[in-house]
Amino acid sequence: MQYMLLIHVDEAAMAAAAPTASPDKAYEMGQPFMAYNEALKKAGAWVAGDRLAPSSSTTRVRMLGDRTEVLDGPFADTKEQLGGYYIIEAQDLDAAIQWAARCPAAQNRAVEVRPIWKAQ
Amino acid sequence: MAAEAASARAAAEAAARQSYGKLVAFLAARTRDVAGAEDVLADAFAAALERWPRDGVPDRPEAWLLAVARRRGIDAVRRRLTREAGQDHLALIAEELEAGMAEQEIPDERLRLLFACAHPAIDPAMRAPLMLQTILGFDAAAIASAFLVSPATMAQRLVRAKARIRQAGIPFRIPERQELAGRLTAVLEAIYAAFAEGWLDAAGTETRRRNLASEGLWLGRLTASLLPNEPEALGLLSLMLFAEARRAARRGPDGAYMPLAAQDTGLWDHAMIDEAERLLVVASAMEGLGRYRLEAAIQAVHSARRSRTTGGTDWPALATLYEALLKLTGSPVAAINRAVAVARLDGPRAGLDALEAIGDPRLADYQPFWAARADLAAQLGDREQAAAAYDRAIGLERDEAVRRFLLAERDALDRGTV
Repeated sequence: MQYMLLIHVDEAAMAAAAPTASPDKAYEMGQPFMAYNEALKKAGAWVAGDRLAPSSSTTRVRMLGDRTEVLDGPFADTKEQLGGYYIIEAQDLDAAIQWAARCPAAQNRAVEVRPIWKAQ
Repeated sequence: MAAEAASARAAAEAAARQSYGKLVAFLAARTRDVAGAEDVLADAFAAALERWPRDGVPDRPEAWLLAVARRRGIDAVRRRLTREAGQDHLALIAEELEAGMAEQEIPDERLRLLFACAHPAIDPAMRAPLMLQTILGFDAAAIASAFLVSPATMAQRLVRAKARIRQAGIPFRIPERQELAGRLTAVLEAIYAAFAEGWLDAAGTETRRRNLASEGLWLGRLTASLLPNEPEALGLLSLMLFAEARRAARRGPDGAYMPLAAQDTGLWDHAMIDEAERLLVVASAMEGLGRYRLEAAIQAVHSARRSRTTGGTDWPALATLYEALLKLTGSPVAAINRAVAVARLDGPRAGLDALEAIGDPRLADYQPFWAARADLAAQLGDREQAAAAYDRAIGLERDEAVRRFLLAERDALDRGTV
């Protein structure tokens, strides 16, 4: 099965923790993540994984009749924002939970483990 | 004759549930689709519940169910099940029949199914209901009445939990050594929860709930037989047997509540206590210490009162065991019982001090805490405190027989007979 690991981050807290860093710098992938990515690849569990640019850069699009409505900002203002994701190949939920537990993001926040329904 | 017929009926029903649960587990372990497995076997199981008590249990019950599922059910199921997994089950049944599997025993995958039902990703409150439905074949309405929720709500929750097993990819496997203890705890807790629901109905007036104690015992036996080297599995079965053995003595002939100390030991089921003792001896020889073994040991001390040679209750042993249980679990209930044992050993003042030292806010709504406090205060001659504590206890008690007992104790205070 494939699972998506969704990593939610508190962008405000991250900015407060590194006030001097530029937004790009604050989102730079740390060493623990590089090691984790390497472990996923070595185990053959890696499918995809990326961090996302800050939610302030997001754009919402929807159709209103035949008109395209474009809005800036995230879908909902929440305390935490989606900051990155992995797609992994795992035999079952237990295996996926083990990968989620090893993810550096699980050290200080919860990682959501979501099964993927593969398009046929 | 009527009793014989009833016991033949019960035996046939048990055999039907045994075979049904085995087949559900066998099919679901291969497809992860519990609901689909139940669907293809539903008609055959209903036929077995109807016919086996009348015609006797067939020689090869699983083969019977598989054959009937194929003959009677498959067309209907095929129409009902559009999803792929349903077809998987039909294909599996056909394969097993053709392979003549029923000649041999089908592999028993019920332990895997138990671990799936008690997986950490399943809501703890749904683990026992899931076991009762998938392993024993009870319908949602029967489970709902035992757990005091509406049938529609229970049915919906069961459907969701099964969908979750399939969609989230919850595995049907026996956990590895290093995680077995933790995962087994969840299985045992769910079984004990089912048993305890049934145990609450001491008078057995609500048949459904009373049965739940037997079903909890049944699941406990199954788990202990499948994991004979797990001391906590044996400990839980021992504990449930000790408790169940006292059922007939828990109410007087007029339905009055009988506290343990006042129970007529002649009414206890001695064969059941013997079995509980044997299990505890085996479990105690194994490594480590666990909650269920300790609780079973506590019940063993209480049950020793049946013996003519010892007669009384070994309070020092109880105080030590409750102390150990308290250290292991931090349970305020263990703390109350420890305080009661302390009172027996060192007097009511020491017991009351121990009670007051617990300081757990949850005890404010816990009947046995107030009843114990009332009793100890009465022994110290503090009628005012005793009466207030009895009032709290009476207000918190759901069981009418226990309430009447507490009221009588309170009245005795007023009459000055205490």
